[in-house]
Amino acid sequence: MGGASPCASCKLLRRRCAKDCVFAPYFPSDDPHKFAIVHKVFGASNISKMLQELPVHQRGDAVSSLVYEANARARDPVYGCVGAISYLQSQVSQLQMQLAVAQAEIVCIQMQQDHDQQQHNINQLMLAADEHEKSYFLHNNFLNFSSATANVANVNYDSFKKEPRYGHDMVS
Amino acid sequence: MNSSRCAACKHLRRRCPSDCIFAPYFPSNNPRRFAYVHKIFGASNVGKILQDLPVSYRGEAANTLCYEAYCRIKDPVYGCAGIVDQLNEQLKVAEYQLATIKAAITTTLQPSYLLDQSLPM
Repeated sequence: MGGASPCASCKLLRRRCAKDCVFAPYFPSDDPHKFAIVHKVFGASNISKMLQELPVHQRGDAVSSLVYEANARARDPVYGCVGAISYLQSQVSQLQMQLAVAQAEIVCIQMQQDHDQQQHNINQLMLAADEHEKSYFLHNNFLNFSSATANVANVNYDSFKKEPRYGHDMVS
Repeated sequence: MNSSRCAACKHLRRRCPSDCIFAPYFPSNNPRRFAYVHKIFGASNVGKILQDLPVSYRGEAANTLCYEAYCRIKDPVYGCAGIVDQLNEQLKVAEYQLATIKAAITTTLQPSYLLDQSLPM
């Protein structure tokens, strides 16, 4: 225990690393940069207060998010991780717009296809009706023709012979 | 003299000099703004960040520091990093939905799809 190496925080702060050091579980001595960056941005005192106000099982996540924010602020002192938020928000907005356009497009396509399908069905029905009508017409006309020719066959031609056409009987 | 102090100097209970680094960005009519950044970053760190920037960028930096501090106070575990995670998640979902719909559009426009949809003769 006396020989245990101080955590990265206590090394940087040049102090004795206590057994219950709040930083020790999250800032091991083999990664000095991790504590250095959060100390530069937030300050050791503020980190310590923030961690102590949290239940132990949430401190690991809190440290990870603080390290992320500190790194972002070190890379971009003006915007920090707020720059990433702005960028992501605009990406999400753009995608949502594209999504809305694509959804509208698929609705249009489906409506057009439904319309084309209905038109096709109507054409098919009309064609079928037309064919039926034609065959009905043809059938009925055939019957009429048949009966008409049958009547013609029953005409008495003898009555035509009795009536001269040019009065040749009057010559004698 | 008291009424001309900026919110930072009022909070820190000190005299507000004419070249106070905080005064342009932490006016006295909005004390909460400075209280947030002081709680999370500390006055000294905020002052260092602002000092290291050209004057034209300091306003924006002060705004983003306030926003970050506010997010951290609202969510002490994840802060702004939590918002970044949520947005990344939303982005993934939106990308997936868009890819799905584009695939559906491509399928719908295939000639074989149109033939399958026609009535049996």
